[in-house]
Formats: sequence, structure tokens, C-alpha cells
Amino acid sequence: MVEWSPFMQPAFIKELQAIVGEQYTLSDRESLAVYGYDSTPELESSPGVVLLPGTGEEISRIMRLCHGAGISVTPRGSGTNLSGGSLSAGGVVVQTSRLNRIIEVDEENLTAMVEPGVITSALHREVEARGLFYPPDPGSMNISTMGGNVAENSGGLRGLKYGVTADYVMGLETVLADGDLLRTGGKVVKDVAGYSLNPLLVSSEGTLGFFTGITVKLIPKPKGKITMLAHFPVLQDAALAVSAIIAAKVIPATLEFLDKVTIKCVEDYAHVGLPLDVDAVLLIEVDGHPVVIAEEAAAVAEICKKHRCSFFQTAKDADEALKLATARRTALSALARLKPTTILEDATVPRSCIAAMLQVIQASAKKHNVTIGTFGHAGDGNLHPTCLTDERDQDEIRRAHAAFAEIFDAAIAMGGTITGEHGVGLAKKKYLPKLVGESGIRVMRGIKQAFDPKGILNPGKIF
Amino acid sequence: MDYVKLINCMRCGMCLPHCPTYKETFLETASPRGRVALIRKLQEGELDQSERLLEYLSLCLDCQACASACPCGVNAGELVAEFTCERKSDTGLGFMEDLILRKLVPHPDRLETSLAPLRLYQNSGLQKLVRTLGVLKMFPKPLDRMEGLLPPLPARSLRQEIREVTPAVGVERGKVGFFLGCVMSLIFSDASRATIRLLSALGYTVITPKNQVCCGAPNMLGGDLAGLKDAARTNIDIFGGYDVDFIVTDCGGCGAELKKYGHHLDGYAQAEEFSAKVRDISQVLALHAKELCTLLKPLDKTVTYHDPCHIAHCQGIRKEPRDLLKLIPGLIYQELETADACCGSAGTYNIAKPEMSDRILQRKLDTVRASGAEILVTSNPGCLLQLKKGLADQLPGIRLMHLTEVLSESMNSHAE
Repeated sequence: MVEWSPFMQPAFIKELQAIVGEQYTLSDRESLAVYGYDSTPELESSPGVVLLPGTGEEISRIMRLCHGAGISVTPRGSGTNLSGGSLSAGGVVVQTSRLNRIIEVDEENLTAMVEPGVITSALHREVEARGLFYPPDPGSMNISTMGGNVAENSGGLRGLKYGVTADYVMGLETVLADGDLLRTGGKVVKDVAGYSLNPLLVSSEGTLGFFTGITVKLIPKPKGKITMLAHFPVLQDAALAVSAIIAAKVIPATLEFLDKVTIKCVEDYAHVGLPLDVDAVLLIEVDGHPVVIAEEAAAVAEICKKHRCSFFQTAKDADEALKLATARRTALSALARLKPTTILEDATVPRSCIAAMLQVIQASAKKHNVTIGTFGHAGDGNLHPTCLTDERDQDEIRRAHAAFAEIFDAAIAMGGTITGEHGVGLAKKKYLPKLVGESGIRVMRGIKQAFDPKGILNPGKIF
Repeated sequence: MDYVKLINCMRCGMCLPHCPTYKETFLETASPRGRVALIRKLQEGELDQSERLLEYLSLCLDCQACASACPCGVNAGELVAEFTCERKSDTGLGFMEDLILRKLVPHPDRLETSLAPLRLYQNSGLQKLVRTLGVLKMFPKPLDRMEGLLPPLPARSLRQEIREVTPAVGVERGKVGFFLGCVMSLIFSDASRATIRLLSALGYTVITPKNQVCCGAPNMLGGDLAGLKDAARTNIDIFGGYDVDFIVTDCGGCGAELKKYGHHLDGYAQAEEFSAKVRDISQVLALHAKELCTLLKPLDKTVTYHDPCHIAHCQGIRKEPRDLLKLIPGLIYQELETADACCGSAGTYNIAKPEMSDRILQRKLDTVRASGAEILVTSNPGCLLQLKKGLADQLPGIRLMHLTEVLSESMNSHAE
């Protein structure tokens, strides 16, 4: 039996039901309550109804109906967003999970076409089996969806060498606010016909359109990979080593940093033999031609030693390498072992400023008396200072936000940004004007107006 | 329930790709993260204890794959089980639950007697008749379901037949107490015979106390915590009477429950001591890999292994069973894709939620087919029952064996 949503007219829900089917229309209190969160701490708001369509055509019809009725639509993948981007206050949430087909892997054009609900790591497996490579690998890649990755322009551990999602999106099929379909880009490498709309749609956080088809660029899979781990008794030495590696013209695929707090939590969960008595570790991966990476690995080892690393380890096989990388992916969640509420940020600075940024984070944590564990993609300047707190302690939460406000100010002052890969969403809205200024907000509003004059697509996000 | 355990879930979603019911439905309410949120919101008063909420929670298999995947140490499956237990202690057990959990399960004699009509049913030819005529289609679905799952029963339970003390072969290495699971004893007695044989061949004197009772896992499953504690005290007293190095079981479900006696009877020193001695059979055999090697003869088969949830997720044992299989000369070990995903048996889940159970089983059978194995090995009676039915229906050419049966067969092997 259908229980009617407290937030929405039964007659309207019936019309939606006619599009996606009763089984895929959720409007009971319990479902609406658990679709009221994603992975963002502190934010919750229940939608009016949740739909799980099975085709892009159904998404078009949903948009057309909602556009007519003036009701908002918020896209959602697996609900692992970290800026509140997939939350809706009383509107329609459309979960893309059932649109999970890899439509095509084109080995002649080196492209893949997927539906928005395809899990990122499922695409990795599919293309890697054919000797190809799709580099973007956000921490949550085992559950994050491609639609979500595109909407947020997700980064990942390999961003330093290979860039982020935007660097791989070649074509999009987007359902517009009124239900019409917009096709942008495609399989061509060069395309200067009109405005470049792909980069505009990528990282639009669901506010400009609803992706139903995504064409991404693939590259040949690197032939070899060497994974290394360096222990640093002194935090600053690790940061200086990062800058030195890049200055030495070695671009590792991955150059990840974990501080002492993070190391302990990850080791508690993953048991991969991380050291508990040092201030920081760097997880470094070089990939490419075996001869080249052997040279690069030697250079990395030398630089780490020069920067007083106390121990340098090279993974003995693929299994050990995978274990280390997988352990790193659990860092954010593992930090929740210490305290229940983990407020994570992704302030990003030019990579030469990593050492300075780490100092700012430490000073802010001390000044506001909060515990901050820091890990992240040191190589591309994208750190994840994570405040370990308890939502029941309102004073501590207030202090955590005060510390982050300082960290954001410092990031902006260094020429960085308030968010490197998690998006603005709801969580960072108030910091955006500081970064982009009045003119920035004005241009963005103009673009939003052009795409979605009624303001029904994921309203309330970004600005 | 401890509120902190609920708010420790930071909703990262790392559990989602590991949850069998989320994989089938993509529904947040059918995910570990969603279940923790439902219980939390119930406790915070945002939701009521509605039929629907209970229905959502009841879809959990308690396979605990989510616990293995959770970096912050939340065990959603266990939280749902705890919630069910607490609710039952408020509402009391139903008539059937009381009959089964209190009057039947704790008494091995009664349990064995209760199966007599079933044995008669199978042996008299009535089963054949019933199956041919499809009579059970007229009865409630669960009955039809149970009938279909039941393999031929041995004439007598192993508990009735086994000697209380099986001496070590050769020089005695030590003594073990053998915890004989109810279903192992009643249905898979050949496997438990093999277990005892292996232990004895490796130099252990095997003591199988006749008066031991059910481990209490069914009570936990039915929300009868008091019944579980009674069973625990009885078994602790019985095994406490023998001086043994380990308490060994070849049933994953029993092993997981026995290892938690210390937790359930918090502060009772003997319970801690008991649980610390409990070992899955694979853990003990793996200690003696070298000696075992000398006993094993070639078995030229391709073999794969399905991790029972109660062994991989609840006890964290993954390496030992694989290492043991690889000791067998001539055997080709083929890893199963997502080997530690639940098979859908999950206690009585396959009877309570047949449709979901079948979907989960189908995924498992597809991976078994793809593995190309001739023998599928596992070591938990629930999985054995579920997979036996699945293989019979779809992959009749693949043999299903308990880990100790394969090892024991290799000891006998006349190199086919």
C-alpha cells in the first residue's frame, strides 16, 4: 500500500508513479527519512518523494512534469556527496542507480559511454580488462556513480598526474529543466562549434541539467606501477618532500599524505603495517613504462631520504600495493573511529604552498582547541583537514567551524580554493562569494537563469 | 541500545556495495547505512515503530558484510539483531517462538525426536509422492520452501552415534572438545565425522560431550537473549568439566556464537575463558599444515570456496580454508568472484524471505558457474543447505562438500 508523502499532493505523486512505476516511487515516512541525508555531516532534509527511474526517457518525462508543476528535482546517485548536494527539502529526488549500463567501450576511438548510475570502479574494471584506463578515482569509487562524479567534477588519488573528471568528459546527454534533451560534445577530440558547454555542465552540481548519458575519454593502461611508502618523523619534512619531488620534475600518479591521527585510525581498521610512531607518511605511486618508473622511483627514494624520512618501503607486489592504496581510501571513514562526527573539508592550494597550509591547519586546530586529522592529495595541493568532533557538543562544533573559516581564508589568500573536489552544495555556500566575488556570483546566476529560469533544478545549491 | 553505536555511522556509504540487499534493490532502506539511520531515528523519536519500519529492518540478512567493510567500526547487521532482541524482550516471544526456542532447541533429544516424522516421510516414499503430486503447493509457502530445502536425513543423528572420546592416532598432541552443531549432527553428520577423523589423525584426542546443547544462535536470531544465555551457561559448564586445549567446531554459525559467549555473559570469567578457546576447525588444521601434507593424497579436481558469512565476516577467517585446500596435491584452486558475499541462506531467511533469498542465491550460483569448479566447498550448514538446493536445481554436475569432507576424501583418495 502506498503511504502518501506529507510534503506532496497525492495526485502529483500518482502522476510520477505512472511514469516510473509504483515499485520505484517511494513516499513513505521511513524512506523519506533515510533519503534525508548523504555523506555530509550535520545536514539533513527530507525530500517529498524519491523516484528510481529505469531509462533516460523516464527522466525526461519526470522533468517535464515537474517543470509544469514548478516542483524541484534533485539528482542523486549513491548518496555519497560531501557538500549536501544530493539533499532536497520537500522536492523530488531522482536516484540514478537503475541506469547502470555501460553502453559502449569504443576501442578505436578510445571512449566509453555510460549511463549516470554506473559505479566508477565498475567502469574501471570493464576498461582495464581491455588494456584501457579511466584515471579519475575518487575515494568513494567503489560506490560513487559516474553521474555524480561528472556533476561534482570529482578528483581522486590520481589527480596529480592524470587530472580530474572534467579532463575526461567528452560528451554529455543532458535532460534540461523542461525535459528537452541537450547533446554536447561526443567522440571527437577537437570541437570548437559554439560555446564549450561540457566544462560548464561538469561540476554544475545538478543545477543546470540531469545527465542521462556520459561519454568519457580513455587512455592506454600504464604498463607498470611502483608503490612506495615513506615514513617521516617530522610533519614539515613530508610536506617539503612533496614539493621537492614535483620540483625534481617527477610527476607521480599518486602522492598522498597522511598525518599521525589519520595513520592510527587507518591502521586500526586496515592492519597494513603503517607506522604509529611518526608524524606523517607519504604514499607515492609512479606509473608508466617500466624503465621510466624505475628511474622515477629511485629519484623519489632519494628525495625522501634527503628530507629525513626514517623508513622507505617499496611494495613487494601488486597485492601489497593494492592494500596500501585501499587503506588510504578508507582514511575519511576510519577517522570516525575516534569521534562520531567527522567534518571534512577540501580546501586546495597551489602545491608549492602545501607546507604553509599544513602549518595553518595545525595552528587553527590549536587555537580553537579541536582535533584535526589531515590527509589528502598532497601532490595536487588538495588536502582534507578533518575535524574530529561530536555533534552533541555544540560548542565544539562551533569551534570546528571557526577553525575551518580561518583555513578557508588562508587557502584563498594563498591563491587556492574553498573546495577542490567535493563541490559547494549547501555546505560551502557562504564561502563562495569570498572566493569568486560579486561578479563571479552574478555570472553564475546568469548561467543558471539561462538553463533553468524556473529554478527547479537542485535549488538552493552553490549560491 | 547504546546511542553512540548508532551515531558512529558517518554515512560514508562504504558499506553499500557490500550489502546483498542494497545490491538487489538500490534502496537506502535496504542498506546498512539506512538501517542504522532507521533505528537511530526511531530512538530519537523522529520515526515510530511502524510495521513498515520493522519490515524494512527484517530484510537484513545479518551477514555482516557491512561490518567487514566499515572503516569506522559500525556493525549494522549486529545493531539490527540487537534491536530485534530488545524489541522481543519487551513484547515477549510468540507461541511458536516459545515452543521452538524454549521447548525444542535447547533439548537435543527432543530436537532429534521431532525429526523422526520427517525421516519417516522421506523413507516411506511419501516425499516422492508429495513432490510428484505437488501437494505442498496447496500449503503455505514457507512449508513448501522448507520441504524443498531439506536434503535426505541420515538414519540417526551423529550425536547419538559418536563415541564421547575419540582417541588420538599415534602420539597424543593434545585434547580438544568438539562442539557438534545441531544441524551438522542431524543432517551433515558425514562432515562432522570427517572433522573428528582429521583431528584424531593429527594427534588430538577428541572429546564430544553427549550432553552439550544448541549454541543458542537460533535464540539470538529469534530475539530470545535469555534463551541464548541459558544455552551459553549450560555449554560453558559442560566443556568446563574437561581439560582441553581448544573447543573446536566445524559449523561457522556455532563458532561465531560460541566466540561471543564472553560478550553476552559480560563479567562471567568462565565465559571469557570458554570463548577464548573456541576455534573454527580450519584454524586448528592450519596449525598443522606440514603434518597434514603428509596425510593427503592427490585429488585431481578444480575446487572453489564460498566464504560463509559466519566465518569470514563474523570470525574474520578467510585465509585458513583456502590454504588448507591448496595443500591437497593435484587440486586446482579457483577463487570464486565475490566469494564472501552471502548465499542468501542466513539462518531462516531463506524461508522467511524466499524471494530476496533466491535473488541472492542466483548471484552466487552465477559466480560458481563462472568459476568452472567441479567441487564447491564451504563450511557452514546453512550455506550447505542453501547451495545444495541451488546446485541441484541449476548446476547438478557440481559437487558440494564441507571443507573437512574434501580433506578427508583426499586422505582416502585412491587417485581417480
